[in-house]
Amino acid sequence: MNELEILQHYWWFLISVLGAALVFMLFVQGGQSMLCCARNETERQLIVNCLGRKWEITFTTLVVFGGAFFASFPLFYSTSFGGAYWLWMLILVSFVVQAVSYEYRRKRGNVYGTGFYDSLLMFNGLFGCVLLGVAVAMMFFGAEFTIDKGNILDGANPVISRWSATRGLEAIASWRNLLLGATVFFLARTLAALYFVNSISGEEALTRRMRRAATYNGLVFTALFVVFAVVLLSSSGLRLQADGTFAAEPYLYLHNMLSMWGAGVVFVLGVVAVLYGIARTTADSHWHKGIWYCGAGTIAVVTTLLLMAGWGDTAYYPSLLDPQCSLTITNSSSSEFTLRVMSYVSAFIPFVVGYIAYVWRKMNAKPLTPEELAGEPHQY
Amino acid sequence: MNELASVIDWSRAQFALTAIYHWLFVPLTIGLATIVGIMETIYYRTGNERWKALTKFWMTLFGINFAIGVATGIILEFEFGTNWSNYSWFVGDIFGAPLAIEGIFAFFMEATFVAVMFFGWDKVSRGFHLASTWLTALGVTLSALWILVANAWMQNPVGMTFDPGQMRNVMDNFTEVAFNAVAMNKFFHTVFSTWALAGIFVVGVSCWLVRRGSNFAAARSSIRIGAWFGLAGMLLTLATGDGSAVQVARVQPMKLAAMEGLYDGKVGQELVGFGILNTKKQPGDDAAPMLFDISIPYGLSVLANHDPHSFVPGINDLIEGIELTPQGDTIHTTGYAERIAAGRRAQEALRAYGTAKNAGDTAAMNEAAAAVAKDFKYFGYGYFEKPEEAVPPVALTFYAFRVMVGLGTLLLLVLAAMACASAFRPTLLRNKYLQLAGICSLPLVWICSQAGWIVAEVGRQPWTIQDLLPVSAGISNVTAGNVQTTFWMFAIIFTLLLIAEISIMVRFIRRASTTDIETATHL
Repeated sequence: MNELEILQHYWWFLISVLGAALVFMLFVQGGQSMLCCARNETERQLIVNCLGRKWEITFTTLVVFGGAFFASFPLFYSTSFGGAYWLWMLILVSFVVQAVSYEYRRKRGNVYGTGFYDSLLMFNGLFGCVLLGVAVAMMFFGAEFTIDKGNILDGANPVISRWSATRGLEAIASWRNLLLGATVFFLARTLAALYFVNSISGEEALTRRMRRAATYNGLVFTALFVVFAVVLLSSSGLRLQADGTFAAEPYLYLHNMLSMWGAGVVFVLGVVAVLYGIARTTADSHWHKGIWYCGAGTIAVVTTLLLMAGWGDTAYYPSLLDPQCSLTITNSSSSEFTLRVMSYVSAFIPFVVGYIAYVWRKMNAKPLTPEELAGEPHQY
Repeated sequence: MNELASVIDWSRAQFALTAIYHWLFVPLTIGLATIVGIMETIYYRTGNERWKALTKFWMTLFGINFAIGVATGIILEFEFGTNWSNYSWFVGDIFGAPLAIEGIFAFFMEATFVAVMFFGWDKVSRGFHLASTWLTALGVTLSALWILVANAWMQNPVGMTFDPGQMRNVMDNFTEVAFNAVAMNKFFHTVFSTWALAGIFVVGVSCWLVRRGSNFAAARSSIRIGAWFGLAGMLLTLATGDGSAVQVARVQPMKLAAMEGLYDGKVGQELVGFGILNTKKQPGDDAAPMLFDISIPYGLSVLANHDPHSFVPGINDLIEGIELTPQGDTIHTTGYAERIAAGRRAQEALRAYGTAKNAGDTAAMNEAAAAVAKDFKYFGYGYFEKPEEAVPPVALTFYAFRVMVGLGTLLLLVLAAMACASAFRPTLLRNKYLQLAGICSLPLVWICSQAGWIVAEVGRQPWTIQDLLPVSAGISNVTAGNVQTTFWMFAIIFTLLLIAEISIMVRFIRRASTTDIETATHL
């Protein structure tokens, strides 16, 4: 591997970790989708305020995920965002309305009432998860685009990346994409239930119901994940050949998992951690650390899935219209200079993770209680 | 209008809509974060509970505004991909880096510490809380730095070369990109303007409280901080604005000409203080550019070159190729007709490069690459049919500049009066005319701030990247109908959210007027 290839692999790894962190942080969205589970105002307030102190980190992770993709793989950025227009616009709208809903929902003079903002939170909780899952699924199952860089010289129609006429709606209609969307949604709900068990106390009825919710949602998630894993590992994908062309390869992702055995081991360990977190939370009514096992497992599993999508000359964005237009980390990346500069910047990521962890620990040292909430002047 | 033109116009409209809404909230976030930091620092040092109460009062208004600023910001970042996908590829190698750095350094900092700001009063020490407040302020300011580095690069593309093999620009000097002179000036000009805006906000709201006969002591303390902070911000905005004018004269002379409605420049050029443009005036015709004007002799020469006897080129001069060097000397360079020819030669050579590459003809590739490099400086002009297409909308740029400068001057006087009154004659703050001046400044400072961005962004049209990529070549593969739909969708959503935001703020401030801010636990 030359230096450029090392940098491309390094940045795909960072993108994968960032994507995995985003999936973990979607517990905020999962929790929002469970707002209707609250049986009284106190429970609702506990749920919203517990999540409300973390929504900005999820939001920021999404923004940084986009920014990092732009910086490291700009051809993906221009192709996917400019092509799957409606998919991304719906995702964006769902996050726009989330951002204000926490702050405004209980403020006097909010014009539309608390119920309206809570509906927006639930909208984001459902559609944010499912549609992000659909967007990521296209990295495995392909998207309807073509690329011709020469088009930029055609003044009458200068766009290099072109998409099918449905502009992303077709991706939402694909059952395989929706399968991953639903999997992400139920994973987010499972993580949220575990987070509530960990971060709320003083409302035993709510905690008990959240344990049950972790079980039920965990079961649905597990079933969906198994189906997704079977579909993915039995699917064919596109691999870049020595002559520079793409060729379909049956069981591509299974082959990748076996050849990248280290990633495969992490994948299995991640799955075990997720299942352990769910199972022990279900079985042990005094144990509340499931979110950390499940969270770490989620990050491990998603990271390895994304590595299998991008490493090993795999087309991480296969074109369904013209396979030769598919994107790999080598044909869509930034230049060696930019990747190197960005790599120096990435040296600060552990520091950023460190202060986030420190502040998280400080703020979550004690679980949120109804008493603390009652004395809190700034409530969501 | 054909489909392509319609897509371009609606894409521009959507980006302008998003940027305008975003900029309604962001300057208040940046400026108010620092003001809250100052107030909390005073509380930390003195232990005076009034300052804690004031910190919380202004922090609440900060929070209401912060959320909607974040919401509108995410759209802007992703619109580079959704609506300007060609642009994203053509310069993504350079432009994406500041955006990613903004995320890593700034967004995470503000997202992490803003939670401590609001919920950490009883969870962390006073010192840690104060540090969190300042780190939030630092985060929002760093965010401004990196996005303005990106914006400035579009206005003055440096630190890159064109790679014909990939048909895109690649970064070759990060220092030039990050420390682009335009970026540094733009950053300070913008951040200082947010200080002025937030200062006016604090002054205006406090004046309203005083006018309602409540919380005089708290309002006076707020006015003292807001007015001096805002005054410092406004003076520094003026100083950096002077630097901007000098830079624009060299880097984007067509923008400066449009700002002045200047078609034919001269030595000792006057500055139009007030004027009415002749909207029928076109480049190259004999019509008078102004129907009426009151001008300041030598003003534009001083503004652009710091020399009353210097030459400032107008639109017609620039089209003919008369420009200023970085040192301010007048030179005769390439005229726009020739630039169009050069741009087309570069594009043709790039096409030949692609053909040679496909044929595996290395010699022809090298020859074509050399031809591209020779004329690449004017690559973007190759998309134009005639020189006049490179002229920005003059009227909007001209009037927006006057609105910005006029209101900025007026607001400077208001801030100076408020600062002096709060420091030396506090009883003057009970004067109803001074109070009204403070309150009326509230909408004016937003108009002033928006006008500044209109000058910057409308004045650089038709370029997304100066001289290299016009907006017509930066678009995505979407239909006009798609973009129209999302335009109206965002227009409705943003407007509904703006109504809610203003309503919440007004209700909160009204409630404060009937309560003792210093002792209230819940407002």
